[in-house]
Amino acid sequence: MIKTLRFSWEIIRGSLITARHFVVNMTFHTLKLFGVRTKRKGAVTIQYPEQRKPLPPRHRCLHRLLPRDDGRPRCVACLLCQTVCPAECIVVEASEDLDPEVQKVPSRFTIDLDRCCFCGFCVEACPVDAIRMDTGCIEMAELDRRDLVYELEKLRS
Amino acid sequence: MSDIAVLLVKVAGAIVWLLVLALYLTWLERKESAVMQDRVGANRASVFGLRLLGLFQPWADAIKMIFKEDFVPAFSRKFLHTLAPFLTFFFVAVTVAAVPFGDAVRIGGRLVRLQILDLNVGLLFVLAMLSLGLYGILLSGWASNSRYALLGGMRGAAQLISYEVALGLSLVGLILVYPSLRMSTIVEYQGGLLFGFLPKWGVFLQPLGLAVFFVAALAETKRVPFDLPEGESEIIGFFAEYGGLKWGLFMITDFIEVIIVSCLLTTLYFGGWQVPWLQSQGFVFPWGGHWAMSPGLVVVLQVLAFNLKVIFGCWLQILIRWTYPRLRFDQLMDLGWKLLLPLSLANILLTALALSL
Repeated sequence: MIKTLRFSWEIIRGSLITARHFVVNMTFHTLKLFGVRTKRKGAVTIQYPEQRKPLPPRHRCLHRLLPRDDGRPRCVACLLCQTVCPAECIVVEASEDLDPEVQKVPSRFTIDLDRCCFCGFCVEACPVDAIRMDTGCIEMAELDRRDLVYELEKLRS
Repeated sequence: MSDIAVLLVKVAGAIVWLLVLALYLTWLERKESAVMQDRVGANRASVFGLRLLGLFQPWADAIKMIFKEDFVPAFSRKFLHTLAPFLTFFFVAVTVAAVPFGDAVRIGGRLVRLQILDLNVGLLFVLAMLSLGLYGILLSGWASNSRYALLGGMRGAAQLISYEVALGLSLVGLILVYPSLRMSTIVEYQGGLLFGFLPKWGVFLQPLGLAVFFVAALAETKRVPFDLPEGESEIIGFFAEYGGLKWGLFMITDFIEVIIVSCLLTTLYFGGWQVPWLQSQGFVFPWGGHWAMSPGLVVVLQVLAFNLKVIFGCWLQILIRWTYPRLRFDQLMDLGWKLLLPLSLANILLTALALSL
């Protein structure tokens, strides 16, 4: 009984802390409701679909294949990205190109985003800087798992 | 005939007041907990693009609950399983009958009490009905025929019986001070002044009794610091086998219990509908000032004061619910039997001594 009474002040102090949070935040909420702009906000929440947090510059997200000057993909189908990929989600099929300067192009380039772990090794392995992960697209939900296998055309845009 | 009509109107008004307040307590609970934790809380429910701080959220929840499947497990006792939520709801909701919302009003030459029934044992009636609510919990645990629900029901029974003792004994001191069990008399008595300036509220006359009563009443509501009967996240409770609207009935009963405890707290310890220094003719300040008011305005102020006090009580209970972690079962029993019971007995002794001097 004495032990419990000794703790009672700490118990009350706990609710005083939460009450302080309530009063302080409520003050800022009320000020906002009446159109007063304050430096501090009542809540730390970011209202996601409407408000977005800026992504950090080195953030890795959906891949993109960079184009040459004439618009065709820069990729030379060296298969380095496919080799280095730890999740084995990249599949590249090479084909011949008539241009003697290019010689090798991908006829098929797919990334299975279902398996991709966004490690960024493919970007580092690429010798011609053909693939980057800087689209800023972080919402890659699909209704079907098969739709998560992105083809060359989808990755170019 | 017109007596019955007045009674019916009063019953309908009280029930609507209770249900709407309970519905919006769910909103208050979500918003208050959010503000306490630096969040925003439910604000997405909208009607024609109008969000209004999520005020439509309780209605959306209610609609969702109505359209859920009314599932009764095959192994349960069907009739008792259906009866249990109604029983808990009834015994808690019926206590609002004894709560005085305001003073007697004269409407068309007829004296109407703003209270459904002014029982001469109003306080005992409320305590008795709150205790009977236990049967709904036990019944739901038993009728579910599932061991988790049964254990939850047993825990609920043990907890409620333990805290019923402290709850009842903490009120004995109060009854000694206001020598009546009639709720309206208790409230009228609190309109007096102590030392000429302090209102004779229970909080000033019975501070120890208030502390014991509040903790015991919190345990009676079965909410978080004392939510061993429910414990929906870890230790599964008595309504484990319920879903849809019946589960919703249990939840709304919880919120109604919060309101009833808040009403009791207001009526017994915070002067009910009394506003400090407000007499039937207007304010009479202890430092000699006087501010006359029409009787209608006085009644409106008193009812408003009652509602504000009740809402403050609900706010306080929600604050406590979102601040403290759950007690272990032995800690719960220790608190009830080893701390609250001796304290309430000491309160009775001190009050009796003070009154006999």
